[in-house]
Amino acid sequence: MASSRWKMVSQRDAYAETLVALGAERKDVVVLSADLSSSVRTSVFADHFPERHFNIGIAEQNMMGIAAGLAASGKTVFASTFAIFGTGRVYDQVRQSIAYPRMKVNIVVTHAGITVGGDGATHQMIEDIALMRGLPNMTVIVPVDAYETKKAIRAAVSYDGPTYIRLGRSEVPLVTQENDPFEIGKAATMVDGKDVTLVGTGIMVAKCIEASDELRKHGVEARVINMSTIKPLDVKTLVKAARETGGVVTAEEHSVSVGMGSAVALALGENVHVPMRRVGIEDTFGESGESEELMEKYGLTVESIVDAAHDVLRRKGR
Amino acid sequence: MVYTEQLIEQLRERARTVRVRIIEMIFTAKSGHPGGSLSATDIMAALYFHVMKHKPDDPKWEDRDRFVLSKGHAAPALYACLAEAGYFPVEELKTFRKLGSMLQGHPDMRKTPGVEASTGSEGQGLSMGVGMALAAKLDRKLTTTYVLLGDGECDCGQIWEAAMSASFFKLDNLVAIVDRNKLQLDGPTEQIMSIEPLIDKWKAFGWHALEIDGHDFKEILGAFENASQTKGRSTVIIAHTLKGKGVSFMEGAVAFHGKAPNKEQHAQAMKELGVGADGK
Repeated sequence: MASSRWKMVSQRDAYAETLVALGAERKDVVVLSADLSSSVRTSVFADHFPERHFNIGIAEQNMMGIAAGLAASGKTVFASTFAIFGTGRVYDQVRQSIAYPRMKVNIVVTHAGITVGGDGATHQMIEDIALMRGLPNMTVIVPVDAYETKKAIRAAVSYDGPTYIRLGRSEVPLVTQENDPFEIGKAATMVDGKDVTLVGTGIMVAKCIEASDELRKHGVEARVINMSTIKPLDVKTLVKAARETGGVVTAEEHSVSVGMGSAVALALGENVHVPMRRVGIEDTFGESGESEELMEKYGLTVESIVDAAHDVLRRKGR
Repeated sequence: MVYTEQLIEQLRERARTVRVRIIEMIFTAKSGHPGGSLSATDIMAALYFHVMKHKPDDPKWEDRDRFVLSKGHAAPALYACLAEAGYFPVEELKTFRKLGSMLQGHPDMRKTPGVEASTGSEGQGLSMGVGMALAAKLDRKLTTTYVLLGDGECDCGQIWEAAMSASFFKLDNLVAIVDRNKLQLDGPTEQIMSIEPLIDKWKAFGWHALEIDGHDFKEILGAFENASQTKGRSTVIIAHTLKGKGVSFMEGAVAFHGKAPNKEQHAQAMKELGVGADGK
């Protein structure tokens, strides 16, 4: 999926490690699974704290309701499944039982996006960001790598309200440092630049960094922003970058029509007028294939970002 | 268990007052769900005024029993019980469904003291009850969680997911009551989507299942007593009720599932509920 420059680390394992640490620190942490505990790694928590892990079976609606009931009784709840089952399948339960009453439930999903691979379109969730960011009271986080996953999980625990945390299946490039600060709602500038801004989320941040290297070869200094909180969106950082660089490209492993890129476009549209392009999956379902092949076929590549950046640069000149 | 006539009479009087409040609220708001509120009134009156451990002056008391109104459209019955119990002034009931009110059309746990769960989208309350009962087990609290379900709501798959899990987790601190008034919005349950044989379904899901007359306080109290003594599994009480109970023209009338009475109907209802010229 990425060039050899990156160390590849599993976010799922980082999640499990953090859950176990939290389980030891806090007695109020309760974890729910829906027959995917070994895949989402909540099984690791279950091994350590069997009395505080409940497997609800293939009944995600019930899982979300139980999560709400536990939270109403003061528990800090993690409910985990695949992105496809933790959002669309349970949208009403998340809306009514969790988001509306502002329950302290953290919906941590794995296997988001097209890189799920062989399972195909039925399991490749590419519109979850849209569903979750539309919900009042919901916070939407896409940790960029294993370090950020750990920090996001910890931040969610001390956050008043529900969160949606989106992780992938595959190992992902480690693009941050262990000591980098993380705050919900704060975007991080990964690479400085003055000519164009590349805003990435999730695995596309690494692609943006690689794209910035490519662009530098052509004398273009691209700024790279890791937009790991989709909601609340860090509009301040975005507007500043748009003003200073004069053009913006977004990149996400998600439907391009309703994801981070559209959130960014809306925010910029109301604040600063600069040329923009969005890289992501077009308005289409995915299919089976290797992660790398799918990324290539659906345009989630360094090339796409570089091309989009050149297009923005051309339009900037007009 | 023998219940004194005095207790039964007290509960009947409480229920009568609750019914009066329900009609007043819905009449004032010009909208709301009288039918399912009136059918559930006696069950809720028994819970709030005798069965449940709770402290209206300390709504978040840790050792309280929980009540989840899964059939959230019966909110008027819940608000009337809470006001009568002392969670907030009876005066507040006039604001039901009005802009800025703490009394939303369907229960909102963040706005109304005493409301334990935000409900209204059918089918979700039993899962929340399972979560609360699990939390009580984890905390070794001797509290009971009561969930009131509508019979129409038993169409929802999530109810049965929740029923399966309550049984699996052996939640003997969870009691579900089905307000079996036999009518849903579009008509009789057995014509819209049959749920019978209902008691057999609950039994098949591993529940201790009882069937009672949901307007007979001796039977209601007896069933809750029976549930409290049942160990190792959850209890469901199928309470046979009459939709619109207490107001003749609303009884068994599908039309009053979600419709407010007009002025004449309101006067007639007050008369039938024994409200005198003094408004009591």
